[in-house]
Amino acid sequence: MTDQAEKLLEVRELTMDFGGLRAVDSITLDVSKGEIVALIGPNGAGKTTFFNCVTGIYTPTRGDIILNPPGEKSRRINGLKPNRVTTLGMARTFQNIRLFQNMTVLENVMIGRHCRTSTSIIGAVLRTARSRAQERETIDRSYDLLDQVGLLPFADAFAKNLSYGGQRRLEIARAMATEPFLLLLDEPAAGMNPQETRELDSLIMQIRNAGEIAILLIEHDMKLVMNISDRIYVMEYGKKIAHGTPQQIRANPKVIEAYLGEESDA
Amino acid sequence: MLSYLKSSLVATVWFVFLSFPFMVVKVNTLKNSVEWRWLNLLWVAIGAFFLSALWRWAMERRHRGGASGESAHADTPKLTLGERILNDRKIYRPLLAVLTAVILLFPFVFDSYQVSIMLLALIFVVLGLGLNITVGLAGLLDLGYVAFFAVGAYSYGLLSFYYDVGFWTALPIGGLVGALFGILLGFPILRLRGDYLAIVTLGFGLIAKIVLENWEEVTNGAKGIANIGRPGLFGLQMDIATTTIYTYYLMIVLVLFTIFVTNRIKDSRIGRAWMALREDEIACVAMGVDMARTKLSAYAFGAFWAGLVGVIFAARNTYINPNSFTFMESAIVLSIVVLGGMGSIVGVIIAALVLILLPEYLRAFADYRMLIFGAVMVLMMIFRPQGLISNVRKTYGPRRSAPEVNRD
Amino acid sequence: MEYENFLGYFVSGLTRGSIYALIALGYTMVYGIIQLINFAHGEIYMIGAFVALIVSGVLTIYGFSGVSILVLAGLIAIIYAAAYGYTLERIAYRPLRSAPRLSPLISAIGMSLFLQNYVLLAQTPDFLRFPQLIPEIALLQPYAHVVGSAELVILITSALSMIALTLLIKYAKIGKAMRATQQDMIMARLVGIDVDRVISVTFIIGSILAAIGGILVGSYIGQINFYIGFMAGVKAFTAAVLGGIGNIPGAVLGGLVLGLAESLAAGYISSAYEDVFAFGVLVLILILRPSGLLGKAIKPKV
Ligand SMILES: Nc1ncnc2c1ncn2[C@@H]1O[C@H](COP(=O)(O)OP(=O)(O)OP(=O)(O)O)[C@@H](O)[C@H]1O
Ligand SMILES: [Mg+2]
Repeated sequence: MTDQAEKLLEVRELTMDFGGLRAVDSITLDVSKGEIVALIGPNGAGKTTFFNCVTGIYTPTRGDIILNPPGEKSRRINGLKPNRVTTLGMARTFQNIRLFQNMTVLENVMIGRHCRTSTSIIGAVLRTARSRAQERETIDRSYDLLDQVGLLPFADAFAKNLSYGGQRRLEIARAMATEPFLLLLDEPAAGMNPQETRELDSLIMQIRNAGEIAILLIEHDMKLVMNISDRIYVMEYGKKIAHGTPQQIRANPKVIEAYLGEESDA
Repeated sequence: MLSYLKSSLVATVWFVFLSFPFMVVKVNTLKNSVEWRWLNLLWVAIGAFFLSALWRWAMERRHRGGASGESAHADTPKLTLGERILNDRKIYRPLLAVLTAVILLFPFVFDSYQVSIMLLALIFVVLGLGLNITVGLAGLLDLGYVAFFAVGAYSYGLLSFYYDVGFWTALPIGGLVGALFGILLGFPILRLRGDYLAIVTLGFGLIAKIVLENWEEVTNGAKGIANIGRPGLFGLQMDIATTTIYTYYLMIVLVLFTIFVTNRIKDSRIGRAWMALREDEIACVAMGVDMARTKLSAYAFGAFWAGLVGVIFAARNTYINPNSFTFMESAIVLSIVVLGGMGSIVGVIIAALVLILLPEYLRAFADYRMLIFGAVMVLMMIFRPQGLISNVRKTYGPRRSAPEVNRD
Repeated sequence: MEYENFLGYFVSGLTRGSIYALIALGYTMVYGIIQLINFAHGEIYMIGAFVALIVSGVLTIYGFSGVSILVLAGLIAIIYAAAYGYTLERIAYRPLRSAPRLSPLISAIGMSLFLQNYVLLAQTPDFLRFPQLIPEIALLQPYAHVVGSAELVILITSALSMIALTLLIKYAKIGKAMRATQQDMIMARLVGIDVDRVISVTFIIGSILAAIGGILVGSYIGQINFYIGFMAGVKAFTAAVLGGIGNIPGAVLGGLVLGLAESLAAGYISSAYEDVFAFGVLVLILILRPSGLLGKAIKPKV
């Protein structure tokens, strides 16, 4: 596997309890530079909960989450606020789409730039040269991202009026606007038709190749997962049951068993 | 049609039943006598009959509107008359000109009592704009907004009483103290969910009044503070009528200033963060927005205006006491925001003028004012939650063709 | 003396607390089911008290007396409160079932203002003397300085009402439907529960309890006006949050704790700041333990 120095995210023995329910049970996982890693498993396996712990939305019960931003010293981010995690360079999308529905598509992306800009109330009122430059840059970059995900024609529409696939892509663009080095996608293809899924496939590859952004994704669409992932982790009932390359996973009897009766999903 | 009639009749019977003890019977517990006001029954019946038909018609329209709005006109929401007027420059430019002329010439046409009422309306315009930031933009329902207004007014009152501080010094101090209180009160309630926040802020508003009433050594309690100075102009001697006019123009400048500042902030990085917070708190923090800072800034910024305008209120009245700062004032400002359209500046201004001036000029309306405000809040939420004038989102112009590199 | 003072405060605190608890139950049940702070709930309590006053006034004039007034006025007041509660939900909340969270809350505030001013305009802005509905219990005379008969009746009536409510929720069919709806509205609908009806019944039960509270308070304090619902509502809501909103035993506990705390604070510290004290409790609870004394902390699903 990959070299120690290149690991962007290292998760060790992560455990999350909800009352009596252990949703995530000692998961160890890492993502390295330039990788696309998939996290799969049946419904309720604890994948989303894993994301929520890693991105600071929940504070995990036990375990370590270490983030190694390129060119900076590594740090343990357990219990760090979500906005701090994002500012450090790890951004995410949501399984149940959480866009800012009554804001325009462009504004949604511009929010992503918030943590990379610094205009204060005073700056906004006085429209200082610096704040104007920042605003211009925010707008330009946001347009570029919309272009990249194919939403440029809808820039001024309300987010709630986008199609389902459009909303998923907007989530990606918004997360990208925070300039992450690691992008966490929670079921980006859910609800998309085959055509849209194929486009998503190439979008994800493009993000990885163009921006040198590593990707960790949760996905039920096995074709997509097998196509683009370098490595796959499999979870069931909160536990990791397998880990390996797509070929290894495909042949793993445990995985086949876990997915038995879930055939329709794949 | 027949079904309308039937349901209207049922509603009529029901509301006659409901209102009977209140509308018809009036007991005098001291003299042990009853007054039966049967005529009221007739009014209730007629009112209920027609209003319930109207209600049903409106509900049906609402359902149809909701169903078609999602599919066909996804990207072009239907504009109301108000919005069409506001979007058409040919119409709204002259309209704005006329409005400006009326406001500017007002003191020359009307006497100083009228000017003073207009002044009050303008004070509520600023209060509406301020609360609009907290509630409309940031989605933080503040039911104790009047507390900040009181803080501003008492800042000036106390400073003037104890230290003989003048209006001009007190004005910025009032705003800043308001903002400071916004931050102080905001801190403990940062993590609260929206509806809890509403109740706690309601509590703050009530506490503020109780403290003002009971902390007699400092605030002079219910007796209030008198002889607060009106705004001065380089030590010029002015009679009361002239100062009122002067204060009026001052207030207009302040309103313009408020509009200018809130407008700029609304379309800035900060304003967008406020709106994102309103739309989805979790997504907002996950996109890197610091929730605490954003909420506090929205709170403080909203409170700032209340504090500022509180100073003017104190100067206008030259006398303040705790009774000017009750929950009713908070409720009035809230209905201004709700009626005007959350997030819309023009809407809030119109709503403030209508809601404050109407009861003053239509005396018959005055008694029913809070009744109507209450009904307006309910009806607006059901039929037009975006307000009279919905907040039209800014567009950011065309994309620059080539992503230029910034060279400065 | 010292001890008797304390007993006096204690009993009046319990009395007050059980009234808070009666009203708090309405808040908590509604919140449990539709996650709405029914801001106008205090107004239902006020309406209950007013109807009781009006009916008993009329009956007195027409020569009724004693217990018959209490029974009739109480019954009619309860019916009216239930009718108002039901109508309130139908008009102001049901159309907003799927609206953003703040919308029904603002609608509720609007309704509260409306009902207050409706009573103000249709009746009077002044305080009205509330008739002595609760008879003096001769047996209690020697202990009157510690516990009055009104206090005793309030304590007993509230306790009985709460027991009845508990039994209803535990064993009656509608109670089971309420619990199911509280846990998961969509699932409840799927298994054939008429959710709209359950919500209506919840409002009706809450309103009945509030009306009982209103009648008791009226006779205890001896006067009412259109505005009494506001403070009582806020206090009762505080009680509900204190106990853990959505939690029925919690509302009772919260009511009692708040009533006692207020009464003792008013007695030993200062009565001017009594209301400040109640809000202080609310703010502290929300900051330190937002899930309340008996509620469970839940993490929102993301
Ligand atoms: N906030 C919460 N409180 C209590 N239990 C929760 C919470 N969030 C998740 N759970 C439980 O944890 C378990 C794992 O849920 P999770 O959403 O992580 O699964 P998942 O793998 O993402 O499933 P899916 O493929 O359906 O998205 C489930 O049993 C779920 O009910
Ligand atoms: Mg999931």
